[in-house]
Amino acid sequence: MSAESTTTLQDDQHKARYLADLARVAPNSAPAWLRQMRAEALTQFRGAALPHTRIEEWRQTNIAPIIETPYESVLEPAPHGLRRADIAPLLYNEEGWTELVFVDGHFDEALSSRGPLPEGAHAGGLREAWHGAEAKIIRPHLGKYLQERNAYTALNSAFLLDGAFVHLPKNAAPGKPVHLLFLMSRHDHPAAAHPRSLIVLEPGSEAQVLVTFAAMDGGADYLNNAVEEIVLGNNARLTYVRVVEEQVQGHLLATTEVHQGRDSRMYSFAATLSGQIVRNQICVELAEENGESVVDGLYLNDGKRLVDNMLSVHHSQPQGTSRISCRGILDGESKSVFLGKVCVHPNAQKTDSRQLNKNLLLSDHASVETKPQLEIYADDVKCTHGATVGAPPQEVLFYFRSRGISEEAARGMLTCGFAGEVIEEIPIEAVRARLHRYVFEKYAPAKVR
Amino acid sequence: MLEVKQLAASVNGNAILKGIDLQVNEGEVHAIMGPNGSGKSTLAQVLAGHEAYEVDPSSRVNFLGADLLELPAEERARAGLFLAFQYPVEIPGVTNAHFLRAAMNEIRVSRGMEELDAMDFEDLLREKMELINIDPGFAKRFVNFGFSGGEKKRNEILQLAVMEPRLAILDETDSGLDIDALRIVSDGVNKLRTPTRAFILVTHYQRLLSYIVPDFVHVLYKGRIVKSGGKDLALELEERGYDWLKEDAAELVEA
Repeated sequence: MSAESTTTLQDDQHKARYLADLARVAPNSAPAWLRQMRAEALTQFRGAALPHTRIEEWRQTNIAPIIETPYESVLEPAPHGLRRADIAPLLYNEEGWTELVFVDGHFDEALSSRGPLPEGAHAGGLREAWHGAEAKIIRPHLGKYLQERNAYTALNSAFLLDGAFVHLPKNAAPGKPVHLLFLMSRHDHPAAAHPRSLIVLEPGSEAQVLVTFAAMDGGADYLNNAVEEIVLGNNARLTYVRVVEEQVQGHLLATTEVHQGRDSRMYSFAATLSGQIVRNQICVELAEENGESVVDGLYLNDGKRLVDNMLSVHHSQPQGTSRISCRGILDGESKSVFLGKVCVHPNAQKTDSRQLNKNLLLSDHASVETKPQLEIYADDVKCTHGATVGAPPQEVLFYFRSRGISEEAARGMLTCGFAGEVIEEIPIEAVRARLHRYVFEKYAPAKVR
Repeated sequence: MLEVKQLAASVNGNAILKGIDLQVNEGEVHAIMGPNGSGKSTLAQVLAGHEAYEVDPSSRVNFLGADLLELPAEERARAGLFLAFQYPVEIPGVTNAHFLRAAMNEIRVSRGMEELDAMDFEDLLREKMELINIDPGFAKRFVNFGFSGGEKKRNEILQLAVMEPRLAILDETDSGLDIDALRIVSDGVNKLRTPTRAFILVTHYQRLLSYIVPDFVHVLYKGRIVKSGGKDLALELEERGYDWLKEDAAELVEA
């Protein structure tokens, strides 16, 4: 925990609602080891300061609207009345996919659909899994990788009611994606969910996991306070795509911890399309030799929204490769934050790391704070980092106009192209198509569609 | 089709064009030659509508009956004017096919024609690529992105072929091309010559004019056309250089 994290009287007032809800969590809802975890997290939550802008990691990210709202945490799956047709636009409905739906943080079997999985593989609710035979797989991993502890990640662990559990045994490769849809239902008072995911890939296995954070429209403010832990065994391969499609009245704090074994490879992409305050925190540790991690992202920001991407890679062992590449499109009076951090530990010789944040500025009133950082404690490494912020150059706009294309249409095409380049890197066709379509409908002028 | 009268333009207060008169009729090919810094590229950019230049209010340019200087760049293009850039910009993220379809449809809509859908456009693009001998792979590449100098110039000619302008201005299209690329580009232009389409070739060297034979040659020097003639003038310039013209021009200015 950071040094600034002394809790204040005001913090205590803001925590009161959560503490009251935590007191209502049924003690028999989890095995003893997990209740122990919750209890430790509760102690941490009590002692932790709520994030404020005097803490370095939150300097540009003011989440006061989240802190000051007394959200009621959803402790039990409540009757939501949703049918599959209601959530169809958020599903992919692709042949062979497993699509698991979580409503207010709780797994919903009826809304989910399952494709074929290899023998011994598991994808489902975390709660049902810890009550079953999978407990022995969950226990050594759950909570073991959560290094970036703050009041909200502690809160997630203190509740730890349900979420997703994906496990692939050695050398298993389902070939089709698993889609986890975390959906907030409509609430008439401010509500919070604290979904937890654990994804464990045993050595040599290969998976594609897609995570969507979304909500039904209308209703009161809500907070999605999500934590994900991802473990890649030696030589495992994971494609991970997060799509944030929160509602205008919705906030997302999503923290993902990734632990990569020897020769493992991960490609991740975090797309933030909507949501009022969104913080994507992805922290990768290349814990053993020769790991490779790509941390890509795209944020579409407008209105008065706040989008924060805090992406970090820790190179702990030699010969690791990391690529952080994040792009933002900034419109309206929005504020965006990019904090990139690559840390090369003393043992991590032959590290190869690149970090780049590019921003396309569409409005003079939008702003971005970009801070790509490098911390290097080894001497034989190759590391680069950079950031750009800019509007489309006049020379480029003139080129379009000289071909009869209006400046407005040119800006639209350039914006789609700027986003399209990173979307093209996503190795799942259905996701690429969805994101291209979203960007196109948001930015392309009617004439060039 | 194009009538330029006393065209004067400056950039940041520096006069670059000091009264150009030029008449281009349908089907004609005009070459504008001259030493570096004489204003050749400025003339091309001003005609295309680049806003970095301040055009003297007394200047007159009539293009197909319209007051060209009143039109913004995109409307000049829609009216049938095309500029092949000396330095085409790179547009990462936008494919050639998408760019060209957008351009073509803007022009079609402005002429009251129906837009071409992606399929029909694909056929048309393939046909144009064959015509000017361009690798079909160009369609899916980002506009000029990572292109060699020669590829960029060929891409300009492809755009010319697709947009079918009435007047095409080629700004130093030969610069930076090796002899094979020059031949490909010139062949492309020659195939696009029609009795109703006119060309203005802006060039420093006579070389290009061996491949694209002009009807008229004009020499631009210090912002003025100091000499005009037939295609033989280009050969004379190749032989004698520009210096003798500079002397003539000096007399002309003094007189």
